[in-house]
Amino acid sequence: MENNINTYTVSVYTENNIGLLNRISAIFQRRRINIESLNISVSEIEGVSRFTIVVNMTEVQVKKIIGQIEKQIEVIKAYYHTDEETIYQESCMFKIKSELLFETPQIQNIIKESNAIIVTVNKDFFVLEKSGRRHEIEMLHRELSTFGIMQFVRSGRIAVTKNEMKITEMLAAFNN
Amino acid sequence: MNSRAHESEDLILKFNMETQTEKQNKYLEQPKERISGSEAVVRSLLAEGVDVLYGYPGGAIMPVYDELYKYQDEIHHVLTRHEQGATHAAQGYARISGRVGVAIATSGPGATNLITGIADAQIDSTPMVCITGQVPSHLLGSDAFQETDIVGISTPVTKWNHQVTSAAEIPEVIAKAFYIAKSGRPGPVLIDITKDAQFEEFDFEYKKCEGIRSYNPVPKTDQASVVAAAKLINEAKKPMIIWGQGVILGEAEKEFKAVIEKAGIPSAWTIMGVSAIPTSHNLNIGMVGMHGNYAPNKLTNECDVLIAIGMRFDDRVTGDLSRYAKQAKVIHFEIDPSEVDKNVKTDVAVLGDAKTSLADLLPLLNENSHPEWLQEFKDLYAIEYDQVIREDITPTRDGLTMGEVLNEINIKSKGKAAIVSDVGQHQMIACRYAEFNETKSNITSGGLGTMGFALPAAIGAKMAAPQRDVVAIIGDGGYQMTIQELGTIFQTKVPVKIVVLNNEFLGMVRQWQQLFFDKRYASTEMTNPDFITIAKGYHIEATRVTKREELADAVAKMMASDDAYFLEVCVEKENNVFPMVPSGASVSDIRLS
Repeated sequence: MENNINTYTVSVYTENNIGLLNRISAIFQRRRINIESLNISVSEIEGVSRFTIVVNMTEVQVKKIIGQIEKQIEVIKAYYHTDEETIYQESCMFKIKSELLFETPQIQNIIKESNAIIVTVNKDFFVLEKSGRRHEIEMLHRELSTFGIMQFVRSGRIAVTKNEMKITEMLAAFNN
Repeated sequence: MNSRAHESEDLILKFNMETQTEKQNKYLEQPKERISGSEAVVRSLLAEGVDVLYGYPGGAIMPVYDELYKYQDEIHHVLTRHEQGATHAAQGYARISGRVGVAIATSGPGATNLITGIADAQIDSTPMVCITGQVPSHLLGSDAFQETDIVGISTPVTKWNHQVTSAAEIPEVIAKAFYIAKSGRPGPVLIDITKDAQFEEFDFEYKKCEGIRSYNPVPKTDQASVVAAAKLINEAKKPMIIWGQGVILGEAEKEFKAVIEKAGIPSAWTIMGVSAIPTSHNLNIGMVGMHGNYAPNKLTNECDVLIAIGMRFDDRVTGDLSRYAKQAKVIHFEIDPSEVDKNVKTDVAVLGDAKTSLADLLPLLNENSHPEWLQEFKDLYAIEYDQVIREDITPTRDGLTMGEVLNEINIKSKGKAAIVSDVGQHQMIACRYAEFNETKSNITSGGLGTMGFALPAAIGAKMAAPQRDVVAIIGDGGYQMTIQELGTIFQTKVPVKIVVLNNEFLGMVRQWQQLFFDKRYASTEMTNPDFITIAKGYHIEATRVTKREELADAVAKMMASDDAYFLEVCVEKENNVFPMVPSGASVSDIRLS
């Protein structure tokens, strides 16, 4: 089991410091591991950043990676989770010619059925936003590409875990 | 020249003898004062108890050097001849003393020249703080003169690094740097300071760092794991210990000795750990790894419980992992959680500082001895002695051996010298045959294998421990990588003893070419200069030994010298180091010839 390749979501709580992204990505690079997606944002704790990194590897490998990430001075804590242990999403945007929106009724149906949101419309183009699982985004991409997409972009995965991650308690313990 | 030599030595002594705490306190207790960033750098170093630092000036670090000039009676700056030499000197200083070594350099090439030493300190867990100057902050990223992204470049080889662009950050960042470098598993830290921050004035006040919320230097020892370890050890019939530098870094020598003596466990060392207990200790069964001793390598694959203490199962120690101690339960005492299960799967991991975890373990151990099991080590040692060691250290054939030189140094130093070795055949011979009776006495580049390490490292070691004999053992190849540090020795008069074992080859590479590349000696033969003339050019007394009958007197003369001394021994050109675990083989497939 430990040696099967699996998708893992690595969540890293860190101080918000310049250079830390370089330090963390170097750990993956050394071991020649391709990062599937990477997102950095604020977390639920003020001043604490959260990295969400998606990688495909074995559990043995991901445990070692977690150890080496946690060893970095400005990393507060790192976790890894399987897809089943997280609630996760990605987000994407499509830029499409406005005339299609008005002249092609299928597009309107696709938008409605996919639960995508129209962010803006002007006389030249409109922008569609969709959040969801990878396969939903891919399906929408396939459907829209037959009509022509001017621009497409997809974000990295963001994920929350089903279990608790007790960062606040850890930080409180340091202050006492 | 002699009187100057003694003056300089006295100066070094003075720096070390003065009670650190008193001087340090003076700088720790100073009230807030408006000073420049560069003065703050020097005062912060003084508050951290730094007495000597190694470096090389240049444009972007000049304001700090100007302050070093002002404070030259308080802090001793040693001008090395290359920034790499500064890092290795700082490493030598740290390794023999346990204190943080400090190196300083300018931006650009000055900073990049530090990288080899930083990488060496990272892999060998050596506490070191490097300070680099940087172009003014408004020029950052503009490809300014002597600009390099040293924070980016040093990231993968530092424990921590940071760029300072405002003077007000300096005291806090330097305090953090020393705390991080020394605490937990030690390592190198680099602080890059822009030139404008060095000039900027601010209200300086120094507070030592006492903790960082995202950094837990020593993991808590789980008592259940100690109990589980004690149970395995108490039930073991054939226990074996391998200890590494963790015992020395954790200052756990006493606790370690008590543990092995109470439980009667044969104990082997890695080259980073060797001097933690005396060479002659009855339970000291020698060195593990590629050129280690026959018995501990063979019996690694026969022990029933393998207890690793403060070591990291480096590939040079384990050989083929799939055939490494598979029959044994493995216990790992380790301060760095990321080392557990990294290379060898453990049955019981005891996290924490070796000093406390071994103290916790001691009362749980049964008094024991394993005479038959220990005898197995002694029997295999006898085989190794007959087939390898005797001819290495007391050769009967013509031609000097590296082993007999080490043997002679043991005799003349009475096993009290600190040995600083470079990298290659002579290093393996030095680690195998040097006798140690004091901890922190084997200073070598273990993990990175940095040729050129020994000469500058010996300078730092001697300055940190002026009362000790420091003998650098170097090959003719590595010597020429940092030979310019003879200039530093000449200028500071630091009385190091330099032994070059000259076989006119890059001997270890040649050995591999002989054994595995069909004797095709590609670029390993060296046409060497006259090393005696070179040493004399630096006014260092020098002797060359080419015959066995000259060796004892020459070593005696070197050991008796109060000044720096250079001894070249022309050894047999094509000797090999044995035993040997060939690359990719199992440790128990160790070869004696």
